[in-house]
This record gives sequence, structure tokens and C-alpha cells, in this order.
Amino acid sequence: MKDSENRYWIWSLAGVFLLVFPLYAPAFWVTQIASQSFILGTIGLSLVLLAGYGGMVSMAQLAVAGVAGYFAAYFGVHSGASLGHPLPWGLTVLVGLAAGTTFATLVGLTAVRCQGIYMIMITLAIAVGLFYLARQNLGFFNAYNGFHGVKAPVLLDTDLRQPIPFYYLCLGCAVALYALVVHLVRTPFGLALAGVRDDARRMRTLGFDVGQIRVLAFLIAGFIASVGGLLRLWYAGSISPGSINVGASITILIIVILGGMAKPIGAFAGALLFVLIQNFAIDFIDRERFNTMIGIILLSIILFLPNGAVGLVESIAKRFRAEAGPSDRRSETGAATELRR
Amino acid sequence: MEASQKVSLITFLVGSGVDRVNQKTSARVDLKFFFTVALNSLTLAALYFIVAAGFTLVFGLMRVLNLAHGAIYLLGAYVGFEVMQATEEWLVAAAGGAIAAALFGIFIHVAILSWMPGQELRQTLATVAVSLIAADLMIAVWGGLSYQIEVPDLLFGSVPIPRIGKYPIFRLTLIGLAVAIGLLLWLLLNRTRLGMMIRAGVDDREMLAAMGKNVPLVFVAVAGLGGLLAGLGGVVGGSALAIAPGEDARVLLSSLVVVIVGGMGSVVGAAMGAILVGFAEQFGLAYTPTYGVVYTFLIMVMVLSLRPRGLFGAGA
Repeated sequence: MKDSENRYWIWSLAGVFLLVFPLYAPAFWVTQIASQSFILGTIGLSLVLLAGYGGMVSMAQLAVAGVAGYFAAYFGVHSGASLGHPLPWGLTVLVGLAAGTTFATLVGLTAVRCQGIYMIMITLAIAVGLFYLARQNLGFFNAYNGFHGVKAPVLLDTDLRQPIPFYYLCLGCAVALYALVVHLVRTPFGLALAGVRDDARRMRTLGFDVGQIRVLAFLIAGFIASVGGLLRLWYAGSISPGSINVGASITILIIVILGGMAKPIGAFAGALLFVLIQNFAIDFIDRERFNTMIGIILLSIILFLPNGAVGLVESIAKRFRAEAGPSDRRSETGAATELRR
Repeated sequence: MEASQKVSLITFLVGSGVDRVNQKTSARVDLKFFFTVALNSLTLAALYFIVAAGFTLVFGLMRVLNLAHGAIYLLGAYVGFEVMQATEEWLVAAAGGAIAAALFGIFIHVAILSWMPGQELRQTLATVAVSLIAADLMIAVWGGLSYQIEVPDLLFGSVPIPRIGKYPIFRLTLIGLAVAIGLLLWLLLNRTRLGMMIRAGVDDREMLAAMGKNVPLVFVAVAGLGGLLAGLGGVVGGSALAIAPGEDARVLLSSLVVVIVGGMGSVVGAAMGAILVGFAEQFGLAYTPTYGVVYTFLIMVMVLSLRPRGLFGAGA
């Protein structure tokens, strides 16, 4: 009882903080740190749903976001006049989301026959294939240049790319999709997905259509990543092959490992950590050696904190609780097995 | 997939391009171009085989997808370059690069991967971290410039070949080297005690350990062998092509595709996959330059949707 009361207070405080934060913080913190964390966290969230709950590590989630972004750029307003068909912005958003979700479903249909490491490889290869296609194709992807000067929608005379409206847009999308995932994993579908992760053969014997469940998970994760892709497009105002290369795809994986993939909140915690490290690491080390540092942090987390930052916070909280009263074993067993499979 | 199907796949992929070129130029020049591209494909396939053979061996035995394989390749190439600068002996450079890469492979295995046995995903992610660090440190040491290892005088220049004209001797030697390495690997795996243990370990690790064999030591040997082949590939690739940052990712991706197409853990599969990928890449680039790079990935997706474990993978 006391535990749930605590949780209620923590969530309320966090909610109020997130709502008033942009009114007092400098624009750098609102856009560069907070909005960007929400965007990367949303794309990471799609990977948490696939990897944490479905046991399917997909390296193609950023590619999915990229497809959504490219379609929204092609069918939206941008500065390259020679290419594209600008549509009303509502349709632009719909086309982007539909394209990303469709692409994710196709990836799922191709990849669900493979499992574990094979799935990492085929999704990585699809992501790299898309990168090369985008770089070479002039008619749709505009090759090396991509699209620049992409405009965000204007709603009720408000440019959604202005720092504060954009922050609330990102916050709204992130919270809604977070709630969707938290709800989804408690539905019969979410339980079936976890069942497939733990023992696909048994689920098949029980009469579940394992392939269908997996493809459906790819579809839903694809939708989440597509929303992230649109936000990322408006945040950067541009999209090019460089924004969907292997390094960017690995960034999403790093974020999820940093935060921990046992819980959906891990994606956002990881994204915030990554963005903070990216922006402030140059104060401590040479800018050139950023990859060495992020690699060392990543390796340490993989070696010593298999459940990421969220897992660390949970185990510290549990230690405090254990001193106060009997420990809560349930949450521990839920999270402990994550990276093992 | 039958061999005839594979051939038809390649002709299907390059067919449209060949027709287009035919209309422009005379058939005689065309044929020469065709054979040159074919020989280039074989050269590339030879390099891919050398690198991918180590990758597939490591995966077959340890079930570890070593995503640092590209970094090992690049380290071998850089060390080979340094040794070449110091000694001017290509063979010494090749040995130096291969040994350095083997030590790096063993280091990754002993210092990192052996701490989380059986946790494949965690191991794979750890190798991602290692490759990030290694690639960045190599840029710190060798910078962003592109290097090339000098080819030994004996193998410098070119020889006339009927129908093609002149072709670099070193590239032909590379094809011979790949064949020799393939034969040596076959002998090692099928005629030696270590090979017997490796094959037994691929089939059933627990049973091999239960028989009283020192499985961890076999693992170290294979990690070293995988690194050795990657490093040798690095020196050879650094002589035939170039050494530069980013080569690690390119080589890793090619090895991945080669090994996926051929089947993880199979050396024969690596050879078949290397030939298929080498031809697809070179013919794609020669006849349809715009989308040449995309074909490799199309082939992979096609093979995987037909045979999820690759052409020669066990237990499809």
C-alpha cells in the first residue's frame, strides 16, 4: 500500500515538472536536451517493445523512422522545389506514418523467420540496404543531398517547431506512446508476445500463431518509430542518408542498453543519458574521442549493469526498501533475466 | 538452392545491364569487359572468403556474433602497414598484421566475452562496444588518411591473360592464397586433433566438455584463428585496395552478408557466399553503377526468406 502511494507521488511530481519545465528553462535545455531526448526515447521505445517484450532485437527501427521521415519530407513542404508533392500537412503526417508502419511490417515479415542473432543480422542488413538505396536514388530520396528546410506543421497559427510548442508536441507523443506500450504489455496480446519471447515452441503448441504475433509487434513498434521519425524530421528540419546510417542505427541500440530494456521507461532514461553525455562530454574529453568514451560507458554497462540505468536505480531503491521493511522480490525476478536471451 | 538457380539469379541481376551495354559497343570489347569484371569478382570473393572464414568459424563454435571482426581486420591492416614501413618485407608485414589481429581476437574473447558465457545477445552487444572503441582509437593513432601497403616486387606488375589483356599479378596471387587458405582450413578441420575438437564443439559443446576436453582452450584457439584470418585479410586487402577508417564497417558488413548467405559456421558456405557476393557486387557496379551496392542486400534477403539458416547452414 505504502509502495503504491510513493509511486503515485513520484509520477505526479514528474508530471508537474515536465509540464512547467519549459516555462523556466533556457531554450537550449528545452529543445536540444529535453525534446531531443523525447524523440530518441520514442524511437528507443519501439526497440524496447520489440527487444524487451518480444525478444527480437531489431536494428532497423531507425530505418523505419527514416522511411517515415523521408515520405513526410517528400510529401511535405521543404526548400528543394524540384522534387516532391506537397500535401496538406494532415495528409503529410498520415502518409509518413503509413509508410513507416508499412515498411516496418515488411521488415517484420522478412525477419520473423530468423531468431536471436540472425534477426540482428537481417535487420542490420535491411537498414544498411536502405541507407545505400537512399544514397543512390535521386528520384525519391534525392540521393546524397536528401531534403532540407523541411517545415513543421502550423496549427492554430502556432508554428509547431517553435521551442515551447515543439517541446509539448514531443512530450505529448512520448507520453501517449509510453502509455500505449505500458497498456499493451498487459493486454492478452502483450502477454502472448512475452510468451513467444520465453518459449515460442510452447506457445505454438498452445495454439498461438507465433509468426502473426511477431509481425504484429513489428507493426506496432513500426508505428511508434514512425512517430519518432516525423518528430526527428521536424527537429532537424532535414533528412539525408547520413541520418539513417549504421552509426545512427547503433545509437538507438546504445540508448536502449544505457537505459535498460526491461521496462519502457528505460528508453527515455537512456535517451536522456545519451543526449546529456553527447552535449557535455566535450567539457571533459576531446570532442574527437566521443566514440571511445561512449564505447567504454556502453561496455561497462553491458559488463556490470545488464539492466541499464533503470535497473541500477531499481536495485538501489530496493536496498533502501529492504532496510525499511521486507523486500519486494517480484520486481527483481521480472527484470533480472532481460539480457540473458 | 540449386547451383543452376544461383547462376540464373546472377544473370537475372546483371542481365538488363548487359543488354544496354551491348547496344552501345561492339561485342568483342564487351566480352573483354565481361571477363575482366568476372576476374575482379573472383579477386574480391577471395578477400571476402579469407575474412569471412574466421568470422564463420568463431560463430560456429562459440555462437558469438563478433561484430568487432571489422575492427580486427583494420587493426591487422594498420599493423601490417607499420611493419611494412619498418622492414620492407611483405611476408613479415603479413605475419605481423595477422599475429597482432590474432592477439586482439584472443584479448576480446578472454577479457570480455568469456565473462558472459552463453549470453549471446549480451556478448554481441559487447562486441559492438569494442568495435566502437577500437575504431575510434585507430583514428586517434593513424588519423583519417588512406594508406596502402606496398606490394612485393615479385608480385608487382601485371601478366597478360588471353581475352582480358593485362591483369595485376597480385590479384591473381590473392585468388591462389584464398584457395590455399581454404585447403589448409579443410585439412585443419578434418585431419587434425584440434579440428576434430572444433567440429565436435560446433555440434555439441556440453558433450565435448563432458568428454574431458578443455573446451575453453579450444575457444581461445578458435578466437585466435579467427583473428589471424581477419588480420591476414587486412594486410592482403590493404595491399590490393586501401586502409582507411570506415573499412572496418565495410568489411564487417560484407562478411556478415557472406556468412548469412553461405550459412553461419560453414567454411564451404563462406566460400560459396563469398563468390556469390563478390560477383553480385562487381557485376552490379560494372553494369548498373547506380544500384550496384543494393544487389548484395537483395540477395541476402532472398536467401534468408528461402533458407533462414543460409545455403549451407545446419538445421534449416
